Amino acid sequence: MDIGILVLGISSPHTSHHIPKKEMIIMGTKPEGLTLIDPAGKRLDGRQFNELRPIKIDVGVVNRADGSAYIEWGGNKILAAVYGPREVHPRYLQDSTRAIVQCKYNMAAFSVSDRKRPGPDRRSTEISKVISEVFEYVIFTELYPRTTIDIYIEVLEADAGTRCAGLTVASVALADAGIPMIDLVPSCSGGKIDGQVVVDLFKEEDNYGEADLPIAMIPRTGEVLLMQMDGHLTVDEFDEALGLVTESCNTIYELQKDALKSKYSGLVTDNGQESDRGQDLESESTAQPETEPEDDDPI
Amino acid sequence: MKDVISEIKKDYIHQLGKQQKRIDGRKFDEIRPIEIETGMIGTAEGSARVKLGKTVVMVGVKLGVGEPYPDAAGEGVLTTSAELNPLAAPEFDAGPPREDAIELARVTDRGIRESKAIDLEKLCIVEGEKVWVVYLDINVLDYDGNLYDASTLGALAALTVAKVPASTLGDGQEDFTLPINHYPVACTAVKFGKIIVIDPTLDEENISDARLTVTTDENGDIRAMQKGIGGSFTIPEVKEVIRLSQQTGKYIRENVINQV
Repeated sequence: MDIGILVLGISSPHTSHHIPKKEMIIMGTKPEGLTLIDPAGKRLDGRQFNELRPIKIDVGVVNRADGSAYIEWGGNKILAAVYGPREVHPRYLQDSTRAIVQCKYNMAAFSVSDRKRPGPDRRSTEISKVISEVFEYVIFTELYPRTTIDIYIEVLEADAGTRCAGLTVASVALADAGIPMIDLVPSCSGGKIDGQVVVDLFKEEDNYGEADLPIAMIPRTGEVLLMQMDGHLTVDEFDEALGLVTESCNTIYELQKDALKSKYSGLVTDNGQESDRGQDLESESTAQPETEPEDDDPI
Repeated sequence: MKDVISEIKKDYIHQLGKQQKRIDGRKFDEIRPIEIETGMIGTAEGSARVKLGKTVVMVGVKLGVGEPYPDAAGEGVLTTSAELNPLAAPEFDAGPPREDAIELARVTDRGIRESKAIDLEKLCIVEGEKVWVVYLDINVLDYDGNLYDASTLGALAALTVAKVPASTLGDGQEDFTLPINHYPVACTAVKFGKIIVIDPTLDEENISDARLTVTTDENGDIRAMQKGIGGSFTIPEVKEVIRLSQQTGKYIRENVINQV
């Protein structure tokens, strides 16, 4: 049986392994008796309603890329790299007035509990498109006519919220590549579980919750650049979720800036030369996610 | 996988070679430092990240239940795929795996399969009907040459720590460690001019005329080979590469695999 169920404390291992996997990931088919919020008001992983999972960002982790970053966000592990501005292939895609922005979001075969077949599917194609559109807006594309700026997001381990985490880390990678932009873009999801509005849903909440609302915004201007939603929210609940997500995006924005500062502050020495302080994708001990992550939200 | 390289750098590497030197200061038969980390991917039954110099490869092992091949009804199935992630290098394209990725997967697969590294008979559930399928997925995350050796090492490390989730079958079995019997090690050599070096960096790969990968087992016996790129090796050169592979295999088994 799926470990996720055992963690949730459902005590019917003899029947539960007959539940087809697909059934378990459809939003709303919550196993009977499962509560996502305990009587003390804590979520399954012990968080408050407005509390983010732990986030760690490293900058400059792929040697050959123009810019790169790695994020661990709860159980998510995601790598992003940026190439460009560079020549466009095939050439007919090029725009003589500006750079095009091409994002490719991809999940590693081993990033989910049921092996994912390699290559793009409809879900990842859609996510690639909406993330491309976000960065098309913030990048000063008019500075680089006839070029492409390629952004690659590779999900190595998924625990819900990968498009938000991927967008957040890609934004840092773009800054690392020195691409001129309006601002960094933090992203976070809001949602509803057991009737309560929360931020940053993890796997079980995403699977059995009532709504998921991924948002990306520029905190400085309040502009919303990505917004998707599935599930069921009243207008009041939407407002509440939006408020919580805005707060979280402010927090994430600071983490993005801190990650860049930790690579670049101190890089320039007294005589004005850059010191050679390369950072590597270092292994850092990460607490295992408390639940078995599964396929990402099926928006 | 070749990229452009400047004539100046090319000449420089050749000139160094004539003085028995390499661009990163190694000896011709010396490999780069290896770092292996295992079990970092919670969603995979086994996982490993291998750093070979600046080359980084992540390998994930997933296990599923499937049908055996008709000619091996009592054995589990191994399938290997590789992705040259466009994230890792400017010359890797997005899209379906190119020839290079398929060659990489097949050479890695041969080393693991032909050395009988995995005891596939222990992966039979119901003979002729149900067996465990081992999916080995190789994901290149940073590219500075010699993906072959890094992938084989990563595959072996990920397989070694993999757990078969037998308890999910619901017939009272318990999860067990994937049975690994042998430890094949791949060693890749490239030739440029009259010089042969092992564990080439990307610069060395880019100027090389020919490549030869030899995978050996604990006894120094050969389990898989692949000659790559145009160019040629003489028979004495092939024998030299085999000797270097045995030597490197022994070194890696003693100093790397035993430490993991």
